Amino acid sequence: MPDKTNNTPPKGGYAARLPANHPVALYPPYRTSVKRSPQAAPLSFPSTISEETGPVFGHSMLGPLDGDLLRNFGPQDQTAIGPRIIVHGRVQDQFGRPVAGALLEVWQANAGGRYRHVKEGYIAPLDPNFGGCGRVITDADGRYELRTVKPGPYPWPNGPNDWRPAHIHFSVFGAGFAQRLITQMYFEGDPLIPLCPIVRTINDAAAVARLIAPLDKPHTLPMDALAYRFDITLRGRRQTLFENRMEGL
Amino acid sequence: MNDFPETASQTAGPYVHIGCTPNFAGINGVYPDDLGAKMITGAANGTRITLLGQVFDGTGTPLRDAMVEAWQADANGLYAGQPEADLHFTGFGRCACDPVDGTFRFETVRPAAVPWPQGGMQAPHITIWIVARGINLGLHTRAYFEDAPENDSDPVLGRIEHRNRVRTLLAQREEESTYRFNIHLQGAGETMFFDV
Ligand SMILES: [Fe+2]
Repeated sequence: MPDKTNNTPPKGGYAARLPANHPVALYPPYRTSVKRSPQAAPLSFPSTISEETGPVFGHSMLGPLDGDLLRNFGPQDQTAIGPRIIVHGRVQDQFGRPVAGALLEVWQANAGGRYRHVKEGYIAPLDPNFGGCGRVITDADGRYELRTVKPGPYPWPNGPNDWRPAHIHFSVFGAGFAQRLITQMYFEGDPLIPLCPIVRTINDAAAVARLIAPLDKPHTLPMDALAYRFDITLRGRRQTLFENRMEGL
Repeated sequence: MNDFPETASQTAGPYVHIGCTPNFAGINGVYPDDLGAKMITGAANGTRITLLGQVFDGTGTPLRDAMVEAWQADANGLYAGQPEADLHFTGFGRCACDPVDGTFRFETVRPAAVPWPQGGMQAPHITIWIVARGINLGLHTRAYFEDAPENDSDPVLGRIEHRNRVRTLLAQREEESTYRFNIHLQGAGETMFFDV
């Protein structure tokens, strides 16, 4: 039964991160990881105020079109080229509490699979009406919604013929710096997902499945945009002994 | 309460700048400023310092496509958002490494010590987070100051078993107020990264 006390983050330390939920650092088929992966075991210690605090971003920081990649780059009366989509979902912590005020920053290729970046070398054309970045802050229930075009798959220099599945990059700030996360969202039904060396850095099939946004037909805007749902789970704080006692009363 | 597994990380990739520092990436006019470009926003208290460095891969080559973030307390040991924290200091910095030599740089204030949960204090430090192509999970570490007397009693530095690795967390004073914190992803001088 959701009530207000459930939504108040507890004051204990962050639960330890489970490596099985994440990619391995070294995965030779993803060639760049070979020389960029640490080899020593990381140092573990209980989270402190340095990890339990984090920058706070207010809704006032956002411009009216920040979450609308269809329109936030081109001239006022024009929109990006490609399949129009809504991406929406909920950010929660690992105990199911909504994360309100989470800043999500996204970036992606255009509908042809081309990024607007000096290092981009793919022959697909730029879209003059598409910049490729957007951001949104979750509401009190942890919900967010973005509008964009469905990005195209693209080839990349790794193996001789590697293609990235269509994806949107997400950078996420929760309440504490310990929750900091960057990930990628994929699209249901994309045959390139299981072939991708970057996806395959994750060993756990369920962890991969959670990165794949299903089509959300009920959320579709008729005659306008298809909708995909992408929920995000961040680390959570445990209750202190004192808080446990309070709840037990 | 049921446990929900944390969403898996994926590499930030080579185009992280489009999303995180679009003005740096030449995508102007979408956001007025890049997030974290300025840590000092007014008459902040404390000693002004520059923290800079490079991120090296296992071959000793600096990464030119990494993004580094910093999170730190103010000159009184308070984090932004805490009561009485310095209103002219955000505590948060974000820097795209230089596309030519890979240098990252934060113009900031020297933080003060902050409490350790079990009592006592942690030596002044800046939390550092590194993402880039080829890094599958963002790397978390800390820059301490080599000339800080508090280091001797810091509980995190104190629990490092391989004592020769402590120095990988010490920013070296280069000039009056400039500290260099080089990060080594791999190799003999591999930086101590945290799972915290
Ligand atoms: Fe990408």
